[in-house]
Amino acid sequence: MNNLNNLLPLPVLLPMLGAALTLLLGRRPRLQRAVSILTLAGVSAVAGALIWITDTHGVQALWVGAWAPLGIVLVADRLAALMLTVASLVTLGVLIYATGQDEEEVHRETPVSIFHPTFLLLSSGVSDAFLAGDLFNLFVGFEILLFASYVLITMGGTGERISAGSIYVVINLVSSLLFLTALSVIYGATGTVNMAQLNLRFAELPGDVTIGIQLLLLVVFAIKAAVFPLSFWLPDSYPTAPAPVTAVFAGLLTKVGVYAILRTQTLIFSNSPLTDLLGWTALATMVIGILGAIAQSEIKRLLSFTLVSHIGYMMFGVALATQASLGGAIFYTAHHITVQASLFLVAGLIERVGGSTSMDRLGGLAATAPVLGVLFFVPAMNLAGIPPLSGFVGKLGLLMAGVEVGTPVAWALVFGSVLTSLLTLYAVAKVWGRAFWGTPVLGPLAPDEVVADDDDARAGKLPGVMVGATAFLVVLGLALTFAAGPLYEYVDRAAGALLGNSYIEAVLSGVNG
Amino acid sequence: MSPNVTLAIIAGALVACGVYLITERSLSRILMGVMVAGNGVNLLFLVASGAAGGPPLIGVTPKEEMSDPLPQAMVLTAIVIALATAAFLVTMAYRSFQLNGHDEVADDVEDTRIRELAEADEASDSFEEIRFTDTGDDVVSE
Repeated sequence: MNNLNNLLPLPVLLPMLGAALTLLLGRRPRLQRAVSILTLAGVSAVAGALIWITDTHGVQALWVGAWAPLGIVLVADRLAALMLTVASLVTLGVLIYATGQDEEEVHRETPVSIFHPTFLLLSSGVSDAFLAGDLFNLFVGFEILLFASYVLITMGGTGERISAGSIYVVINLVSSLLFLTALSVIYGATGTVNMAQLNLRFAELPGDVTIGIQLLLLVVFAIKAAVFPLSFWLPDSYPTAPAPVTAVFAGLLTKVGVYAILRTQTLIFSNSPLTDLLGWTALATMVIGILGAIAQSEIKRLLSFTLVSHIGYMMFGVALATQASLGGAIFYTAHHITVQASLFLVAGLIERVGGSTSMDRLGGLAATAPVLGVLFFVPAMNLAGIPPLSGFVGKLGLLMAGVEVGTPVAWALVFGSVLTSLLTLYAVAKVWGRAFWGTPVLGPLAPDEVVADDDDARAGKLPGVMVGATAFLVVLGLALTFAAGPLYEYVDRAAGALLGNSYIEAVLSGVNG
Repeated sequence: MSPNVTLAIIAGALVACGVYLITERSLSRILMGVMVAGNGVNLLFLVASGAAGGPPLIGVTPKEEMSDPLPQAMVLTAIVIALATAAFLVTMAYRSFQLNGHDEVADDVEDTRIRELAEADEASDSFEEIRFTDTGDDVVSE
C-alpha cells in the first residue's frame, strides 16, 4: 500500500485556500496575482504527477476521512489525471492573460479584487468534478464551478452581461434541479450514490428503472456539455463575457459535462451504451452546430458555435463505446480544451487591436498585427483538423474507430464528422479572409460610438503578457501534436481502463480493507 | 421498503408549481419557481430515505428504528446551495431592475435581430418569397 493517494485532495484544496487568501489580499493586486498564479502552477504540478502515478501505479482512490463506504471518495484514473492536467494548464494560461489585461487597462473591465478568488474557486470546482468518485460529490463540484461561473459571466454587471447571464443562470439552475432529482431517484433505487457501487447494483435492477435514470443523467450532462437539442443557451451567453472568462468557460465547462457523460456511460451504465441515440445526437450536434457557425459574422459567436459543433466529436467517441473510439474522444477533449481556449483569447486580442470582433468592421489585421495572425492561424487550422496538427490526430482516431465499428450509425458519424471538419475549415477561413486580409465592410466605429469601457488610448497595442499567455496556449496545443505518439498510447490505455474493472476495484478495496 | 405516497404527491405538486413559475419571464418569479421546485426535489430525498425513524445515534435508538441519515445530509447540502442561489438571483434581479426598470429575461440576440427585421418590414438576406400557384409552378421572388 502506498500513500500516493494522499495527493488527491490537493487539486481541490489548493485553489480553495488560494481563493481565501486572494480574497484577503483584495487591496494588494500584485500579491494577489502572485498567489493565484502560484496556486494554479501548484495544481498543474500535482496533476502532472497524477498522470505519472496513475499510469505506473494504477487507479488511486482516497476515502476522505476514512468514511468508507458511506463518505466521499476521490478517485484519479488516467482519464481524470489527463483532464486535470490539461484543465489546470489552460486555467493557468488564461489567468496570466487576465493579469496582463488588468495591468494594461486603466479603466478595469474586470473588478480585480473579485476576479481572482472566483477564478480559483472555478478551478477548484472543475478539479472536484474530475476527481469525484460519487455522484453527489460530482453534483457539489458542478455547483462550485457553476456558482463561480455565474459571478464571472455577470462580472461588472453591465446590461448586456446581466441579460446574457440570466439565460445562463436559469438554464443551469434547471439542470441542477434535474441532477438533484436524478440523485434522489438513484438513492431510492440503490441506496448509494457511489459510482463504483452503482455499477454493481444497477446490474441487479430491472432495465426500465436503469434506462429512466440513465436518460435523466444524460439530459443533465448534455445541458452542461451543450449537446444538440440542449445547446441553444451557449452561443447566447458566452460571447458577452470578458475574453479570459469566455476562454476558460469554452475550454473547460462544457468539457466537464463531456467528462461526466464519459464517466457515467463507461462506469455506471457500461451495459447500456445507447449507441443509436447518442450517435444521432452527436451527428446533429456536429452538423447543426457548424451550420450555425457559418451564418455568423461576429467572431466570438462564430467560435461559440464551433464549440457546440465540436462537442459532437466527443459524443461520437462516447456513443460507439469501443476502446478505440473512447481513446479518440479523450484525446479530442484534451486537444479541444487547449484549442478553443486559445482561439477565444485571440478573439480578445483582436477586439483590442481592431476595436470589435465583428467581421464587418475588421480587415487587414495580418498587416497591422502579424503576431496575431500567427496566433490565430495555428489554433484555427488545428480546430479544422489540418494534418499534422493534433486536431487531425484526434479526428483520424475517431474516424478509424467509426470505420472499425462499421454499423450504419457509425458510417453516418464518419461522414458527418468529415463534413463538419470541412465546414469548420470554411468557417475559420472566412474569419481569416475577412478579418485578417479583407477590408472592413462597415468601416471602423466612429469615435463617439466606441464603447466607453474599452480604453482607447491603448487600443491597437498588444500587451506582451497577453500575447505571451496566448502563445503559451498555442504552444500547448502544438505540444499535443509533437507528443501525439506517447499521448495517444496513454489515452488508449486510459480508454482500456475505462472498459475494465480497475476503477471499481481501486474504490472498493478501500471498503473491505 | 414502501415509499411514502403523501410525500411523493406533495413533492410532485411542488415541482409542478415550480416549473410553472420557471417558465415566467420575470427573474423574481423564476427565483420563486426554483425555490419551490427545489423544495419538492428535497422532499424526494425524504421519500428515498424510507420510513421515518429515530435519530441515528448509537445508544439512543435501536438499530432497526434508526432513520437513514445520508439523504438528510444530502438535503442539507442542497438547502445550502439553494440559499446561495436565492442570494445570487435576487441580486441579479435587482441589478436588472436598476438597469432596465424591470427584471425580465431578455430575448436572445438572434430572435431580437429577426424581430427587428420583421418590424422594419424587411426580409433577411436569405429570404425568398414563394407563392404557390394552382398550376404547380411555384413562383420565387428575386
